[in-house]
Amino acid sequence: MVRNSSLPISMRQVTKKYGQVFALDHVDLDIRSGEFLTLLGPSGSGKTTLLTVLAGFTRPDHGSLKFGDAEMIARPPHKRGVGMVFQNYALFPHMNVADNVGFALRLRGVGRSESAVRVEKALDMVRLGGYGARGIDQLSGGQRQRVALARAMVFEPRIMLMDEPLSALDKQLREHMQIELRQLHDKLGMTTVYVTHDQREALTMSDRIAVVQGGRIMQLDTPRAIYERPAHRFVAEFIGESTFVPVRVAQGQVRLGERTLRAAEHPGADGARLLMLRPERLQLLAAGQPQPEGLNLFGGRLLTQVYQGDSALLQVALEDGTVVWLRQAIHGTGHAAPEPGAAVVLGLSPQDTLLLPAEGAAA
Amino acid sequence: MTALAAERPEPLNARALRRAARHERLGLLALVAPALVLIAVTMLAPVLWLFYLSLLSDGGQWSLEHYQRMWEQPSYWRTFATTFQVSLMTTGICMLIGYPLAYCLSELPKRAANLCMIAVMLPLWTSLLVRTYAWLVLLQRKGLINGWGISLGWWDEPLALVHNLTGTLIGTVHVMLPFLILPLYSCMRAIDRDYLKAAANLGASPARAFWLVFLPLSLPGLVSGAVIVFVLCLGFYITPAVLGGGKVIMVSSRIANDIEVFFNWGAASALGVVLLVLTVAMMVAAQRLMGARGLLGGQETR
Repeated sequence: MVRNSSLPISMRQVTKKYGQVFALDHVDLDIRSGEFLTLLGPSGSGKTTLLTVLAGFTRPDHGSLKFGDAEMIARPPHKRGVGMVFQNYALFPHMNVADNVGFALRLRGVGRSESAVRVEKALDMVRLGGYGARGIDQLSGGQRQRVALARAMVFEPRIMLMDEPLSALDKQLREHMQIELRQLHDKLGMTTVYVTHDQREALTMSDRIAVVQGGRIMQLDTPRAIYERPAHRFVAEFIGESTFVPVRVAQGQVRLGERTLRAAEHPGADGARLLMLRPERLQLLAAGQPQPEGLNLFGGRLLTQVYQGDSALLQVALEDGTVVWLRQAIHGTGHAAPEPGAAVVLGLSPQDTLLLPAEGAAA
Repeated sequence: MTALAAERPEPLNARALRRAARHERLGLLALVAPALVLIAVTMLAPVLWLFYLSLLSDGGQWSLEHYQRMWEQPSYWRTFATTFQVSLMTTGICMLIGYPLAYCLSELPKRAANLCMIAVMLPLWTSLLVRTYAWLVLLQRKGLINGWGISLGWWDEPLALVHNLTGTLIGTVHVMLPFLILPLYSCMRAIDRDYLKAAANLGASPARAFWLVFLPLSLPGLVSGAVIVFVLCLGFYITPAVLGGGKVIMVSSRIANDIEVFFNWGAASALGVVLLVLTVAMMVAAQRLMGARGLLGGQETR
């Protein structure tokens, strides 16, 4: 299979309404050639509708969809030439593995012997060489997943769509397949659009993530940027855990009550903001001891703590009553945490002092 | 620990667990027992009795004379040929009408489909005799259909729509159609439409997706519907008798004749036995044929 055989995708103003509800609300989206892009969002956010528009199963009300330079929006699914892995795999139960994988080749009039070679090659690619004669009901969930993948890529589509392909697998296998899928993508280089509601999966696999909510793309960026610089409260809440503390910006300074917080970046125009506190970015400092320079410090009281093996989750009430969570890594067996009720000091570096638009404010 | 184990050669509670398993088996057997008795009394015993009667001569002696007569008289051959002809044609026409109908129903939203299914089932809830005579009214020489056809100028002479093969087929198809549609429809409903999406995604036009994916997956439903219709037709009596008007003589009519006119239970029983044997033989053959075509019934269950 040839590299550089991928196509860019460009969507303009794609809209789909069901009754009064927007499943897709004037979506503009550019996917680069060869990119692994993930559509991430809760159920009902429109991410699956977006994927089915790409595949041609959902006909939008209006908009433009281009693969490369070719307009696709009105083209029926069987003429789009995109590969797709379905959530439930949709492997044909009346065909064996080889016939499933070779289905697309059969439709394209590929000769029997060439087809057999390409099917075997595709099965090798997903490490199922020699499984061709098996029936679908003789396969495990992970094997079915691989067959579905082989079936979708055997005709060398330049665009690959995946609809939560790993959601039916157990956790161990899922994490293993994430790496494997990503490696396969890097090897074949086709443009891949991947739908998931699993934020960790999205962070692990993607070049870029589009966070979808209410039929709109809330933010489109690299996993790191999405996690570290979310543009909206929704994105921050959906990816990772966080607590939000209302703050104000006045004359270029971040004010929390009467205090001024240090921020690495200029906070912008005056007005209300939300301070995003990620549990793992907060540092637990010993109370009553000299504190390191340069951190924003918050005094508080430990409420509870939850042991989670590799880390402990601490619930702390700040002086003004706000409850925040803090994740403390556990490095050794002798780890000792303060007792509930103890006074604690939390530190936050200026780089991690991130402000989001306040509720109701124009983003 | 070891001392304790030596004292108790049986593993912990093994006997009690075996007893519980035995109780469960006996309980299940008790549950099916009434059905088994019922089947034995109402199905097995009459068939054996039939078989016994067919081996008695008119004088009450053991004899094969009924079978011999059937073998020697061509009229019996004709009767069986007619029976299988009517059954096969009815099954074929039912498949041609029923498949598109079941397909449309399976594509409808659930509520609409349920309403339509009631319409399909409605004939089953009315008397067979009433429906058959209704067809007679519609189809006869001066019936509704001929009346309209002639008054609209579509044809000049009354068409022979009844008391022949045509009339028999119209009636049997009408009666049998629900028996084909029911299993076929439920089979089609169970086909995950994602298979068709997957086929389209892989490049299949709607027609090819139907031919390569939907049709093979619906075949088990079609086959079981066709088998039901065919077997029911083989023994069908009322409708062919009324609408065939004595010109289409099926085995069942002949059996009725033997009993009602000639009081010859032996001859009637012999006909019944031969029909039963032929039916079973055809079923076995069909089973073989289907079996050789692979796991057509291999529906993915999720």
